[in-house]
Amino acid sequence: MVTYIIRRLIGAVILLFIVSVIIFGIFFVIPRLTGATAESLASRYVGRTASQEQVEAAAHRLGFTDPLPVQYGRWVKGIFVGADYNYGPGVEHCPAPCLGYSFINRRPVLPDILDRMTVTLSLAVGAAIIWLFFGVATGIVSALRRGSIFDRSAMATALAGVSLPIFFTGIVALTLFSYGTPFRITAPGGSFTPITENPGLWAYDLILPWITLAFLFAATYARLTRAGMLETMHEDYIRTARAKGLTDRRTIFVHGLRSTLTPIITVFGLDVGLLLGGAVLTESTFSLPGLGKYAIDAINDQDLPPVMGVTLAATLFVVFANLIVDIVYGIIDPRVRLG
Amino acid sequence: MSTSTSFTVDRTSGGGPSTSFLELRELRIHFPTDDGVVHAVDPVSFRLERGKTLGIVGESGSGKSVTSLGILGLHNRRNAKVSGEIWLDGTEIVGAAPDTVRLLRGKKMAMIFQDPLSSLHPYYSVGWQIIEAYRTHNKVSKQVARKHAVDMLGRVGIPRPERRVDDYPHQFSGGMRQRAMIAMALSCDPDLLIADEPTTALDVTVQAQILDLMRDLQAEFNSALIIITHDLGVVAELADDILVMYGGKGIEYGSAREIFERPEHPYTWGLLGSMPRLDRTRTERLIPIPGTPPSLINLPSGCAFHPRCRYADRTNGLSYTEVPELVSSGGAHPTRCHLTAQQRREYFETDIKPNLELA
Repeated sequence: MVTYIIRRLIGAVILLFIVSVIIFGIFFVIPRLTGATAESLASRYVGRTASQEQVEAAAHRLGFTDPLPVQYGRWVKGIFVGADYNYGPGVEHCPAPCLGYSFINRRPVLPDILDRMTVTLSLAVGAAIIWLFFGVATGIVSALRRGSIFDRSAMATALAGVSLPIFFTGIVALTLFSYGTPFRITAPGGSFTPITENPGLWAYDLILPWITLAFLFAATYARLTRAGMLETMHEDYIRTARAKGLTDRRTIFVHGLRSTLTPIITVFGLDVGLLLGGAVLTESTFSLPGLGKYAIDAINDQDLPPVMGVTLAATLFVVFANLIVDIVYGIIDPRVRLG
Repeated sequence: MSTSTSFTVDRTSGGGPSTSFLELRELRIHFPTDDGVVHAVDPVSFRLERGKTLGIVGESGSGKSVTSLGILGLHNRRNAKVSGEIWLDGTEIVGAAPDTVRLLRGKKMAMIFQDPLSSLHPYYSVGWQIIEAYRTHNKVSKQVARKHAVDMLGRVGIPRPERRVDDYPHQFSGGMRQRAMIAMALSCDPDLLIADEPTTALDVTVQAQILDLMRDLQAEFNSALIIITHDLGVVAELADDILVMYGGKGIEYGSAREIFERPEHPYTWGLLGSMPRLDRTRTERLIPIPGTPPSLINLPSGCAFHPRCRYADRTNGLSYTEVPELVSSGGAHPTRCHLTAQQRREYFETDIKPNLELA
């Protein structure tokens, strides 16, 4: 098991390296291929009124004239040991991990990302717990009572859940439960209270986004669980379990569910990893100041460093989630450990 | 060796508790489907005593496995219609409450399946699965159950069982997996053991080992054994009695010696003729039974075997219109065939026996 984890860790590190090269490529190499020069890249750092000399000086100072591998090395070095930014009048030290400064408001990117992260983390984790529980539970009951009224209505609801976009369900939910017609039960969105300040208010503010987001995912999980359960319950080892005289409950939960959960955990890890990189639509619909909204704002402003920072963070989450999934896989399925 | 009279079939349904250890009376299992009703078992009757072995022989789709799953009560009552009676040691199973039958499963009757890899749960260790079976029916601590599991693994011939007990099924070889399945089935000392094609998925050399093991263990545990197979070599090796099934029906039922030495049913003749034998010259062809097993939804009219039977036209058309009964005639064991005892003897002596005894 230990060697298995170490192997997975090495794999994750290699993956992160490759992804970092790709991210760097997207933001620094591709613009060059489409005709951008060191000067045109630098011009975004010095403002529109700068003279030609100022732009050239900035390009040189910011290192855009250096060969690409050197630039990549500097970017990575900034992340690991920090970087010094010479902005003309002086030098500002950006401690590791340094993701640079926003073009727009000149604030360092990392603290902003961490700040937004608490919102996204709260949203994703809360929703994940809700959808995992309700999705899997619904799927199991549906599979065991295939063709029943419960199964049919649950699967119809699930189909709706998968099909309806979050900006529709979100607005419907807000209208029904927040804007006072007909109910005013939950927070109207746009507000966020850190859990450390007031857990009750934290949950109150987030309950509607949680449920809306969870509805979308629970639908997928219910369908996945149902399909997996139907398949598993026809396996030979389920017949063996019943032939041993086990109760139905034990057969279903100990023997059936364990196999069914394997693919679900894979999807779950990837979904949570993706969401941590920013639940863009949910955050926009509910005006939550999360990572997704931060990224969208940065993209709209053509603010390169935050976009790169969020991309890198999102990658990190997905790779990390994958690592966790791999390890959990090894715990669940003994065949994986040796493979 | 039992005489032929012991194979008379009790067809008086509801005739009170059975005196045999296991008795099936007119067991029928039907599956209503969208395409029609599948007459998987229609009907089967037999008796079995402790310490004896019954071989159920037939092609794929003849209802062998469905019968055995029916004995264990493993059919879903929502999609299977089961009628008739199954008496196990004085208890009737078909009409019993599901929980009653569940408590008999594993404890009183246990089953070994065809493919030991897919029949063992891939995510749990072999020992865990045996312990689970044992602890379901015996209120003992985990340590005691574990010791019992190690003990059982040792008895079925797994080397160093105290170490292998924590291995997973994929770490076992095919033969060892089947040994583990047997250990699990025998863990609660069942009185009835059903082996559904226990050697089909195994290497030939391992097959012999497993058959030896099952024979030894049966003698040791004095349990009744049902071997389900399409391999006549296996039943020749193990069975005291043989039930031949075709199209969901028991069509010939007798002692192993009778079936091998004087088979009555043309289908059984076909089975014996298609068995490879070392004592024949290699250039000689096997004699296959022409055609394919019938659909269990639309069984052929009359005798289900008539489309494949070369003697079907010698029964005055009865084979095409009337379903034959499983009866004994002329002092022989029961057979489901319209041919007269005399005809059968004649055809067997002239057409069949010479081919079977070429050596």
